Order: sequence, then structure tokens, then C-alpha cells
Amino acid sequence: MTRTEPNRSRSSNSDSEKNSGNGGGGRTTAMRVIVPLQGVVQGRGGLFLGSVIPCAFFYFLQFYLKRNRKNDESDNSGEQNSSASSSSSPNSGLPDPTRSQSAGHLTELTGLPRSLSRILLSPRNSGGAVSVSGRVNCVLKGGDSSPYYVGQKRVEEDPYDELGNPDGVIQLGLSQNIKLSFDDWVLENAKEAISDGLSISGIASYEPSDGLLELKMAVAGFMSEATKNSVSFDPSQLVLTSGASSAIEILSFCLADSGNAFLVPTPCSPGYDGDVKWRTGVDIIHVPCRSADNFNMSMVVLDRAFYQAKKRGVRIRGIIISNPSNPMGSLLSRENLYALLDFARERNIHIISNEIFAGSVHGEEGEFVSMAEIVDTEENIDRERVHIVYDLSKDLSFPGLRSAAIYSFNESVLSASRKLTTLSPVSSPTQHLLISAISNPKNVQRLVKTNRQRLQSIYMELVKGLKELGIECTKSNGGFYCWADMRGLISSYSEKGEIELWNKLLNIGKINVIPGSCCHCIEPGWFRICFSNLSERDVPVVMNRIRKVCQTCKSQN
Amino acid sequence: MRLIVPLRGVIQGRGGLFVGSLIPCCLFYFLQLYLKRRRPPPSDPTELPRTFSRTNLFSRGNSIGRVRVSSRAVPVAKPSDSPYYIGLERVKTDPYDRMTNTDGIIQLGLAESTLCFDLLQRWMSENLMESMMQSDDGEFDISSIAMYKPFEGLLELRVAFADFMSRIMGGNVSFDPSNMVITAGGTPAIEVLAFCLADHGNAFLIPTPYYPGFDRDIKFRTGVELIPVHCRSSDNFTVTVSALEQALNQARKRGSKVSGILFSNPSNPVGNILSRETLCDILRFAQEKNIHVISDEIFAGSVYGDKEFVSMAEIAGSGEFDKTRVHIIYGLSKDLSIPGFRAGVIYSFHEDVVNAAKKLMRFSSVPVLVQRILISLLSDVRFIEGYMAAHRQRIRDKHIRFVEGLKQLGIPCAESGGGLYCWVDMSSLLTSYSEKGELELFEKLLTVAKINATPGTACYCIEPGWFRCCFTALADEDIPVIMERIRQLAESFRS
Repeated sequence: MTRTEPNRSRSSNSDSEKNSGNGGGGRTTAMRVIVPLQGVVQGRGGLFLGSVIPCAFFYFLQFYLKRNRKNDESDNSGEQNSSASSSSSPNSGLPDPTRSQSAGHLTELTGLPRSLSRILLSPRNSGGAVSVSGRVNCVLKGGDSSPYYVGQKRVEEDPYDELGNPDGVIQLGLSQNIKLSFDDWVLENAKEAISDGLSISGIASYEPSDGLLELKMAVAGFMSEATKNSVSFDPSQLVLTSGASSAIEILSFCLADSGNAFLVPTPCSPGYDGDVKWRTGVDIIHVPCRSADNFNMSMVVLDRAFYQAKKRGVRIRGIIISNPSNPMGSLLSRENLYALLDFARERNIHIISNEIFAGSVHGEEGEFVSMAEIVDTEENIDRERVHIVYDLSKDLSFPGLRSAAIYSFNESVLSASRKLTTLSPVSSPTQHLLISAISNPKNVQRLVKTNRQRLQSIYMELVKGLKELGIECTKSNGGFYCWADMRGLISSYSEKGEIELWNKLLNIGKINVIPGSCCHCIEPGWFRICFSNLSERDVPVVMNRIRKVCQTCKSQN
Repeated sequence: MRLIVPLRGVIQGRGGLFVGSLIPCCLFYFLQLYLKRRRPPPSDPTELPRTFSRTNLFSRGNSIGRVRVSSRAVPVAKPSDSPYYIGLERVKTDPYDRMTNTDGIIQLGLAESTLCFDLLQRWMSENLMESMMQSDDGEFDISSIAMYKPFEGLLELRVAFADFMSRIMGGNVSFDPSNMVITAGGTPAIEVLAFCLADHGNAFLIPTPYYPGFDRDIKFRTGVELIPVHCRSSDNFTVTVSALEQALNQARKRGSKVSGILFSNPSNPVGNILSRETLCDILRFAQEKNIHVISDEIFAGSVYGDKEFVSMAEIAGSGEFDKTRVHIIYGLSKDLSIPGFRAGVIYSFHEDVVNAAKKLMRFSSVPVLVQRILISLLSDVRFIEGYMAAHRQRIRDKHIRFVEGLKQLGIPCAESGGGLYCWVDMSSLLTSYSEKGELELFEKLLTVAKINATPGTACYCIEPGWFRCCFTALADEDIPVIMERIRQLAESFRS
């Protein structure tokens, strides 16, 4: 069979050549053209493998290119239309359903289909308005209608104030703990600290954008203190950035190419979507954890997610964990961390350990173990896959400072991120303020201690109050949140039921909490309540408001 | 035959046997050949076996070896080969100091100004504390500086910024604070605009010579290409519409999509100021081609010549053009000499761009503490008026001194009216009139004369022999030192 195949195919090819009537070429010239090629392309594959299949491939390639080109064109026209319609919306007479309208309504959450129809309705304006880039559209659309942003907006419009606006919305959604420890310190020391640090040369000259060495040393000291001196940090492995968002963005850029993905156990921080996806084009694959396991991630599920992604052709470059976890506040045990490192080693992927709440561990039981401690004893080959994100503004209760750090063992990542910090730098006044705030070890100890005590007392207070209302929380040992189980209050066990309850909490109870769906939790009915904003006096107010919502829920049921 | 016939109808089409069948087969064959040759990555033979043997020794797990960073991070991580960054690094190792290190390298590569430090220092010592701690009722309020605030900047700051910008631009144009997004410096501003206006693989036209930092700011993360539009000394490096047109057509022929034009005005590194007519021409051109215009006006307040500075915002606001395509970058690093504050601004007439930039500011917003200082600094009209006048006067004086010194050595400069630098024609010192000769001279300047000036190649200048020299960080007594060093270098060439 295989021996006769080449002969047959040759004759058929030359036949077709003759049929096509290629001038006066005749048989010999046609042969001369085909024979050398035939030996090469057909090889032992015969006519089918050697000739028909490549031709078919080429055909499909053309087909594919053609289809893709068409898609691009239609996308572009969509963009043009959307920008045209947004600039000319008063004239077109169509109501603008996105963004501006009263934000708290449930219907606003499903803005996507309506905004699409608007695009289709608007008359095509060829060549008129200039279009923005295609990739910025996901940023523009991103999140405006998510409960996270809607809630923040409501608080901005009508913030609670004990005296000035007792009916306002109480902010339980944003992780800042301004009511806690740092104000004391600032009151006592800030004035000298800043004016000492801000001599004119400090303010006005170009300084390294990845942070002054002095500050890096202070930060390394502070991080050691926060981890109870179990590990010492090397200042040369630190890169300072303006906020944890940019730290995570820079790491995503350095560790994954566009189209690659990170595994993220859920529930997770609602900010990752913007941090990771927007500009770097890296995707997130959520790995759901369940209440039955107390929201602990299991290696089996991670493994499954990894292989499912691989099957779909998505390349996984790393895993992002937060420890203490956001939103649950649980701590990862040493065994968990070793298991994670093994997992990462076997799959040859990176680990981004988000330890922004390392200094805010307030629980009595359980010990916070930094990923840095785990890899301290490992070989370089393993350390190179570990990157830690650390937020100074969170632990210092000074979110307006916008400063965070990347701590990495990977030389390439460090040198790339150092250059990228020019795109999100920490300003000199901030650096000098931080240096004087945290270079004194006594100061740091006191700061961390007071912070812990205050977090602990307010947490106990809040959990007790919630318990009286019949709402249980998962055990939290760190961070600013409790993760409350309100499954008993939702009318239907679905995301819709959860959003309904969230809406009630916002509009009737006038408290802004984050629903689990924002944290990509797969079980409905969980809410993230940020308590670090509250003073002890506020807790009864919050409880009364939740009680009111509970009652309306029960009366409806 | 049954297998072939239906396919032939589709793929061969009218192309006949040759175009329809032979060529695809050839292509496929070459593809295979290409893939085959590319497959075994001949990575460093000294490193590979070692890593492998080490991993095999591992007790736990079956490691595959070292973890890799993303391929796009690799060029970022590599040390830069641009003379601009090489020079800056070299200065760091051995900086000149009038008293302690008189043999060090003199920095002429960094556009920063120390001319008005005395004024700033006085203001800071008088007002710094109040500016940070101010609140409505006079009491110190921590939440005014510590809380999360809107990422695009406090409204007060945007109002102050708008005032300040229209003041330094001669009062001919007013800026709307709602079109404004405050960024952590000019660098993030440019990156955000590039991200918003162009997709990965698209390109901006950019007249050369241009600021060498754009390469990093734009290309690193956004993947936007820069297509140089060459300007020549005969036009005093001013861009012409015909050159733009030509570059655009060539780019389109090559299949790359051009999304906009980026230029700096006053131009960096030449220092010339674009005339009203040129700006109109550029905008008209952009309108015709339906592309964006990004005007980097970060040196708008450092204009010292007689020529009037016209902002692109003024042209766009004239009503003659579609202004949604105009985007302006401004910052305080140069004009107020406070680069450490990292304060910049995007001013755009396009609603979507403003909205997207606001959201993207989560990655590079200005801390509220700094915003408070800036608000009081910018709204102190008396200080600003005095400062700007002194700033301009002192640059003018320094410029005259510096250019005069070079002239005595027989080295001419391009005509300039703004910026913290001058564009020096050292072609008389070149050993060969080429890029190679220029880089040789750069190396000689750096190692023999111990001066770091940015060569034209780093700015993609098409003519060799031009250097950018920043003179605003120099004291008056430094200038003779520099001239002496250049003179000695020139003499060593002659002998």
C-alpha cells in the first residue's frame, strides 16, 4: 500500500496539472516542477497526508484570518458608535442608562444588555468622533454597576456622621481604619517628623522611584516586627510602589503574559479584577472554596482548576493568595503554606502572597506565618517563585499615603519592577513621613500593638452583636473584616437573593457592606463587613440598623 | 479524486494549480521546516544541565526547574542600552561636587532645575505645616489627609491646577477642572493616555528628536509603538505636515495602525516652541486622518525666549476643530521644580478618556497629604507670580551664559525658547559624521571630559552630532568648568 501510494499520487497530480491546461508546458515541464516538491512535502505520507491536508490547513487558515478580520471591524465600529453616542447623547434623545442615574437601584446591576442596545440604536457616525482604544472599554465598563462601586458612591453622597448626619449611610465596605491607632501618633509626632524629613533637597530632586534606601530599611524592620521577628527581610529585595494595587499590577505584568492566567481561591478581594486584568491582560481563574471547609482552599480543587485551565489551553503562571485572607480574615497555617509551595513547585508556577494585613493580626489563637519565613530555608530555585505584597498604609492605618511594597526573591522580577515604579511612584513627602514614622523600633512596636488591641476589641464587639441577631461569622484572626453568614435572611438562595438583601441593607438599613458575589464567593448569602472604620459607639447603631433589616426580611418571608 | 475535487474548487479558485495548490504546499512545508528548526531552544548549555541535575536531587516533588518570568518582563528587566540611561547610571557612581569631588562627572543629562530652590524653601518653611494640616474649622483633622479620597484628585486641587495652568500659559486659555485627572507625575500620565488611546500594536507618530524616556513610558507596558517622524536642523527641527503625512502613509503600508500624534511643546530636547500655525496644521492633519493628538506641555512654564507659548488647549477650544481628540499632559516637576512630589495631570476633552483615566488612577494617584500641600502652594497666587517670574528670568540668564560659553568654543546651539536644556551641535568634534562617531564622542565626553550629555541618537535624531545639555541644575561657577573640559577634549582631538 505505502509503496504504491507515491506513484498513484504522482500520476494524479500530473493529471491535474495537465487538466489545468498550463500553456504549452507539456508533461515533462510539469513533472520537473512537481517531482522535487513531491518528494519533500508528500514524503511517506502519501497524497492525503502530504497534499490534501496541508491544502486544507491553508484553506482553514485563510478562513480563520478572514473571520477574525471581520470581527475586528465590527468591534471597531461598535467602539466608534459607543463613543459617538456618548458624546452626542443629548442630541440623540436616548436616555443614558449607565453611570449617572440613581445608583442604588437593583435594576442598574444589569446594565450590560441595555448599554449594548444603545450602541445598536445609535446612528452610525462614520469618521466623526475619534475612538478610544478597544482595551480601555473594559476599564470604562468595568465595575460601575457592581455593588462595590454603587455602595461606595452612596456613602460618598450621604455619609454617616454621628452628629451632623445621623441618618447617613455607614461605611462598612472600605478597608481603612482611620479611627484606630495612627491618629495618636500623627498628633504627637507628625509635625516634626515631616518637617525634619522634608528638607528642600528631599522634596525637590529626583529620587529613586523604587524607594529610598533608608525607607527600604525601615520597611524591612517594620515587616520583621509585624511578623514577630520570625524572619528578617532584606532591604535590597524590596521595591516600593504607590499602593498595593500597583504592586499587584506590576507583579502580574512581570509574571504573566497577556492571555495567561492566575489561580485565585475565592472568596477573594474584590479589587483583583481591576488590579490584574485591566491593563496587563492577564486572566483570573477563580478556585471556589466552600463554607463546608470553612473556606479553606484544598489542593485537590486547585489541582483540578489547574488542569481544567490547561485543557482549555490557558497557561497558568501563578497563584494569588491573601494571608490573612481577605475577606474571611483566616490565617494560613504552616502546613498549608508548605502544601502550596509544593503545588507551585510541581506545576512550576509563581506564588503571589498578599500579606497586606500582616500587621493587623488581632486574633488570640493561630499564628501568622509569612511566606517569607517558609521560603527562608528553601533553595533559591524555590524562592524565586515567591513574591510578597505588603501594604504600609493598611497597617499604619493611613490609606491616603498610598504606599506598598513588593518583596521578591527573583532578580529579574526585582529589576523589572524597579523600572516600572516610575509609572507608579511613591512621592518624596510620603517617603520622608514614612521613614520618620517607622524607623524607630519602639514606635513601631507600640503602633502594631495598639493597632492589634483596638482591632481585637472592636471585632469582639461586632461579632457579639451579630450573634445576638442570629448572624454567625467565620472565625477571623486578622484583617479588618468579618465574613458574615446572612443566608438566613435572603429570600431566595441565589445571587439575586443576595443582591436583594444587599440593596435592603443599603437603602433600609443604610449600611454599606460588600456582598459575597463581589468577592466571587460561589455560595450566596455571605457579606463582608469592614469593622475598622467603626468606633465602639457606632456598633449599637449598626446593630439596630441590621435588626431593622432582619425584621423586614422576616415579615416578608 | 473525490477528495480533491471539492477542495480544489475552494482553494484553487481562479489561481490555478500553481497559486492554489503548489504555493500553499510550499508554505506548509516551510512552516514545518521553520517550526522544526525553532523547536529545540538552544538555551545556555552551561546552565541547563546544572539546573536539571540539581532538581533531580530534590527530595520533594518533581520540579521542572526554574520558574520563568513573563516574556514581556524580560526586556524590561534587562539593563538599558540607551546612552541616556547609561549616562545617568554613570553619574550616580561618581557625581561631581564643587567641594568634595571636583573630578566627578557633571550631570547635564537630567532635566531638573535647582534655580529657584531658595524661593521654594522659604515657602515650605513658612507654609508647609499649615498646608498639610488644614481643615475647615481650623482644628487638625487626620481624616483630611489619611482617608481614601477620589483617585482623580481632590476637586480643590484640580481647580488650583486649572488656575495655575492658565496662569503660566499666559491667561489666554482656561481649563475645566472636570476634564482633568491628577496623576503621580508626567510619566504615568503618558502611559495612561497611551493605554487609553491605542491598542497593543498600534502606533503613535512622534517627531524626532524626542525625549528618550518616552520609549520606556509608552512601550514597556502598553505595547504601543512609536513611529519617528524625522525633523531636520534646516527647519530647526520643527515638524511639518508633509513629513507627518509621509510617515503615516508608510506606517499604513506596513500595516500598522496609527492612533495618534505625540509631541512635546516646548519641544524636548530641542527647546523650540511650536507656532500657532504649526499647531493648527497638526490638529487639522489629525482631524483629517481621524487620529488623536497628545501634546506634552510639561515645560510650558519654563519659556524664556521672546516667542509666545500657545497651548494646544487654546487651539482646540477655538471652536474650529473637533476637540475630543486633543489630550494634554502637564506636570509640576519641571516648572515648579518639585519632581519629588510626583504631580502631573491629564487634561483631555474626550469624556471616555477622562473616565477611564480616573479609574486607572488607582495605580498611580497622588497621596492626599501631597495634594494638600499642592493646593496651598498653587493657590498662593502671590508666591506663584513671583516664583514664575524668577524661574523664567533665571533660566534665561543661565541659558545666555551657557550658550555664550559654547559659542566661544565654536560650538553652536539650536535656537530655543523654552525648556531646561539646550540642543548643542557638536558635529565639529565628531571624528566621523555618523552615529558611531557620535557615540564615540559621548563616551569621550563621559570618560575623558567627565560630562554626561544626552546624545542625539538616544533621542532618535537623524543627524549625528547633536547633544542635549541641561543647564538648570548648574551653578554659575560650574559653567567655566564645563567649558574648560570641553575645550580640552576638543584640543586633544586636534592634536
